[in-house]
Amino acid sequence: MSFINYSAREINCKIVYYGCGLCGKTTNLQYIYEKTNPESKGKMISLATETERTLFFDFLPLSLGEIKGFKTRFHLYTVPGQIFYDASRKLILKGVDGIVFVVDSQAERMDANIESFENMKENLHEHGYDIEQIPYVIQYNKRDLPSAVPVEEIRRILNPQGVPDFEAIAPKGIGVFETLKAIIKLVLIELKKGAR
Amino acid sequence: MAYPQLVMYEEEAKQISAILDKLVKDSNAKAVFLVDKDGQLISQSGETENFDSTSLASLTAGNIAATGGLAKLIGEKEFSIIFHEGEKDNIHISIVGQRVILVVIFDNRSSLGLVRLRVRKASDELAVIFDKLAEKSTKAASSESPFAEITDEDIDKLFNI
Ligand SMILES: Nc1nc2c(ncn2[C@@H]2O[C@H](COP(=O)(O)OP(=O)(O)OP(=O)(O)O)[C@@H](O)[C@H]2O)c(=O)[nH]1
Ligand SMILES: [Mg+2]
Repeated sequence: MSFINYSAREINCKIVYYGCGLCGKTTNLQYIYEKTNPESKGKMISLATETERTLFFDFLPLSLGEIKGFKTRFHLYTVPGQIFYDASRKLILKGVDGIVFVVDSQAERMDANIESFENMKENLHEHGYDIEQIPYVIQYNKRDLPSAVPVEEIRRILNPQGVPDFEAIAPKGIGVFETLKAIIKLVLIELKKGAR
Repeated sequence: MAYPQLVMYEEEAKQISAILDKLVKDSNAKAVFLVDKDGQLISQSGETENFDSTSLASLTAGNIAATGGLAKLIGEKEFSIIFHEGEKDNIHISIVGQRVILVVIFDNRSSLGLVRLRVRKASDELAVIFDKLAEKSTKAASSESPFAEITDEDIDKLFNI
């Protein structure tokens, strides 16, 4: 749920990176954190296990430029992808304005991707959201790995709606900012619709 | 959208500020923060420069969300107060009007009893304001929204990061 502050002339939006375990959600945020100007970002918080798996969430606050005299702030979160953290995933989706669904392109992870997508729909539903109404984009990550499934094939399974989608190699930053820009754009367009 | 959007206006922002300033004083606290349940900072008062308020807001909301999950698990509606005691500083977190989170950071110049007492009073006052805000934002003439006329260009200009 975006938060418009007329007093501070600020608009805040929440974007969540969702996807199966190890698909590269945290890596996306880490890359964004590394490449963003110090004045545009706050501290990145990672609540992780000792083996660097996300335990509760990662959080990265970004402040971008102004729109119509309003400072724009985006709060990026990742969910923990491992199946048994479902309760935490659900909590993080609350109040979401836009979602990046990160896909692990490896053939052996296709079932996990589909399961995660279904899980996301269910969790959204429990918050009273509908995937049709929430802005989201898809990122096909790990394109560098030998068992990567052709994009066309993944698209047929996970993106029949034809939402904006991007190929990525997150540790190298390929596709990371393209994905972020796309979701921010969709979120702002949604805000504009809501404003009518 | 499933939830009404939280909107803050000048008038209410000032009233909230005044309540927080008073709470800091009356409770001898170091700082107080008001955060929405999604982790966005609404207002703050006291020695706030010593704290990373954005991180604090996000972690507080996470904490309340996790605690709320635990409450449901054992059949409670929510735990409306969370208290963490440190060696020097303590943190008192409470839910105001089921909508927003009030965080008070204090040390041994104050006490849990005093903080509780003052928080209760401030919460009642804040709840009234947030009721009014909720009413205002549902009624808000959307025509006055500055975002109705966002252009593609506006959006592209954001990305000089
Ligand atoms: N080769 C390759 N490795 C990647 C890519 N993206 C992420 N990784 C690696 O995959 C591992 C898991 O990445 P994370 O970003 O921690 O995964 P996650 O989605 O946050 O996982 P959870 O926190 O468990 O949900 C790390 O070792 C990353 O370096 C990619 O595009 N290519
Ligand atoms: Mg992670």
